[in-house]
Amino acid sequence: MNELDRRLIAEIQCGLPLVSRPYARIGARLGLSEDEVLARIRALQENGAIKRFGVIVRHHELGYHANAMVVWDVADADVHAIGAQMSALDYVTLCYRRPRQLPDWPYNLFCMIHGQDRDSVLANIAELIARCHLENIPYQVLFSRRRFKQCGARYAPSTDAGPLQRMGT
Amino acid sequence: MADLNRHLLNDFQRDFPLTPTPYATMAQALGVTEEQVLDGLRTLTEAGMVSRVGPVFRPGRIGASTLVAMAVPAERLDEVAALVSDYHEVNHNYEREHRFNLWFVVAAASEEQLRAVLQDIERRTGLKTLALPLLTEYHIDLGFNLTWE
Repeated sequence: MNELDRRLIAEIQCGLPLVSRPYARIGARLGLSEDEVLARIRALQENGAIKRFGVIVRHHELGYHANAMVVWDVADADVHAIGAQMSALDYVTLCYRRPRQLPDWPYNLFCMIHGQDRDSVLANIAELIARCHLENIPYQVLFSRRRFKQCGARYAPSTDAGPLQRMGT
Repeated sequence: MADLNRHLLNDFQRDFPLTPTPYATMAQALGVTEEQVLDGLRTLTEAGMVSRVGPVFRPGRIGASTLVAMAVPAERLDEVAALVSDYHEVNHNYEREHRFNLWFVVAAASEEQLRAVLQDIERRTGLKTLALPLLTEYHIDLGFNLTWE
């Protein structure tokens, strides 16, 4: 990762311009050719810094009004196996291991489920518990209530700050 | 929803064309014109259905990032949420149903900068931040498969 990559990331992190030759447009801002921009984006994909490149949709606006973060307190010895099992379910959109922060926070496995409504998400969670045999695992469901800000992660300074957005429960 | 919009939303969430004219490449695959693809994406962006066309970065590869939770008294939530959202290092700031009711991600160029942002938030709000950085990612991000009834 060099200075030019950082500047490229700053240019593309909030999206490609919707013009016929977006990579040439980005290159013009950075003093790079279109080919150089394409080659550097490919390199960032190949080394894993970019994990996905494409159309990024907003769930809420597409009718997926219920968004639950489900957190689990799984034994350390089991967490990788259960994480792998959970992430294979088609309604689980993200699945991460994170540190416990005792005494405030005992949960070490996080998964995200988006659904059209609360009931369908709760039904998914019930099915997940049965499938992964989590009947005795402590967990909590944190539905989102309001979205204050949503943008891709910004690793370099950028000036736009999103307005407050209110979302349904 | 128009058929073209559904394809624009679903078919290009990953493997976006890295060609000089990517929207023309998409148009070719869909049997429409480049102008129709650009118009469609502009409309979906204005409607808020598309956040952007671009990269999702893998946490921890560039700079430093962490998920953060705060337990904010209900009467201060709007004020604290607005204060937190104002940092350009903050993204995905949500209210959730829990004692820890404010959840956001902080991404910065370095660990030091990340710590500085959290300390600044704590100093300005007088509230503790709970940092929960990613340790293992189990899910391969393939995008989000949309279904229409």
